[in-house]
Amino acid sequence: MSEYTIPDDSLYTEQDEWIRSDGARTFVGITDYAQSQLGDIVFVELPAVGSMINKDEPYGVIESVKAVSDLFAPVTGEVIAINEELNDAPERINEDCYGDGWLLEIAPTEDSEREALLEPSAYTKFLAERDE
Amino acid sequence: MGALARTPLYDVHRELGARLVEFGGFEMPVQYGSILKEHAAVREQAGLFDVSHMGQIEISGPGAIASLERLLTCRVETLEPGRVRYGLLCNDEGGVVDDVTVYRRDPQSVMLCVNASNVARVDAWVRDKAGPETSIDNASERTGMLALQGPASLEILPALGAKEVTSLARFQFADFDLFGTRVTISSTGYTGAPGFELYLPNAALVSAFRAILEAGEPHGLLPAGLGARDTLRLEAALPLYGHELDDTTTPLEAGLGRFVKRKRGGYIGAQAVEARETQPDVRALVGFELTERGIARQGAPILWDGAPVGVVTSGAPSPTLGKPIGLGYVPRRIAHEGGGVGAVFAVKIRGKAVAARVVETPFVSKIDRKADRKS
Repeated sequence: MSEYTIPDDSLYTEQDEWIRSDGARTFVGITDYAQSQLGDIVFVELPAVGSMINKDEPYGVIESVKAVSDLFAPVTGEVIAINEELNDAPERINEDCYGDGWLLEIAPTEDSEREALLEPSAYTKFLAERDE
Repeated sequence: MGALARTPLYDVHRELGARLVEFGGFEMPVQYGSILKEHAAVREQAGLFDVSHMGQIEISGPGAIASLERLLTCRVETLEPGRVRYGLLCNDEGGVVDDVTVYRRDPQSVMLCVNASNVARVDAWVRDKAGPETSIDNASERTGMLALQGPASLEILPALGAKEVTSLARFQFADFDLFGTRVTISSTGYTGAPGFELYLPNAALVSAFRAILEAGEPHGLLPAGLGARDTLRLEAALPLYGHELDDTTTPLEAGLGRFVKRKRGGYIGAQAVEARETQPDVRALVGFELTERGIARQGAPILWDGAPVGVVTSGAPSPTLGKPIGLGYVPRRIAHEGGGVGAVFAVKIRGKAVAARVVETPFVSKIDRKADRKS
């Protein structure tokens, strides 16, 4: 068990991002662990629609009151949409990181990359080991 | 890096769920929950900070005042017993060794409250530069310090038995029998909010902290960490050593001329401080807000007409104003010629020029002095 919410319907990375595909659409965001570690999120900088993000490479920036952190791409893909609402309400990420606080919608281009992502149980274990 | 020091409140911070970070060689709480909530508590109700990492140096003896008059940019002779004054210690080049609050305990005895990261160097500096008949006692390791800040502070401390704190004028202090010990309480702080700073023996710190938390609970008091302390002091445009102040910056560049005996001089570094004023590279500290999205952090270049001319010293989202604010240095020439309030420039953030505008400081209006006294 983890003290953090880790929904069953998503896959995860060791950089604390989630990725969820529901049929044709794929969304990306940061995990409950990540938002909790960051604290009050006050600013997000996301890539332009139409640009590419590359697996494990930084694609944007997220800032809390005290700190600046890079956002790392869980997979390679094209940015289909960004969550514009975060411009005015970055706190949505703290409030609902798996829902209203999503960051990107992408079109993954490398299907094979999904195999490297963590299942919920593996991410739970990863967090437990990191917190030790 | 060596082992970090801990204050006597370390276990209490852990118990309260604080996230701890290194600051000034200490392991200190940066936040207990939300920095924004802790900030708002101080502006609207009250917040309680453990600031025991800060140092206290007691200076006394027949030569103490003369020594301090030479060590500090502010007047000490004219400081009445029971009063506090802000001042700076400068090096021979006019740079700032530390910024301190000066407590005149009695005619021949003064306490300096110094920054945690500078305790050792201030202690050494004072010992080196003090004149005759001056004794110096570094009380930092045995002294705890709490900051109770926010409008509800004026109700919380009296409820604990220190009724007379409400009659302390701003920058006045007195000793109180409280928490089973002797506590020095001053009407001072580093938040731009009304409130108090308390100095007490380490042994009484845990019980005092818990008692204040309990008495403050009905008033909305929250324990608050260094994160909120930083956003609060920035809104009040109070300088932070290592950001706005360092040993290459003069007090006048930092806009602290009112704490400097400019005509009288006589303090270490006085000539160099004044000489810097006439040099072409003299700087000025300006307050700004970003007019585009972003947060200007320490180290971000300041662009004027597209050219890099200076650097941001502090920047954060202002929780009270709901917009990003900051402080930074630009050449004095620019600040004087068209760089006043309203002037438009840019801050380079991750390679992009983000628009900014010079604004009045403090960013959040000064403490209402009347509200700070019993009205």
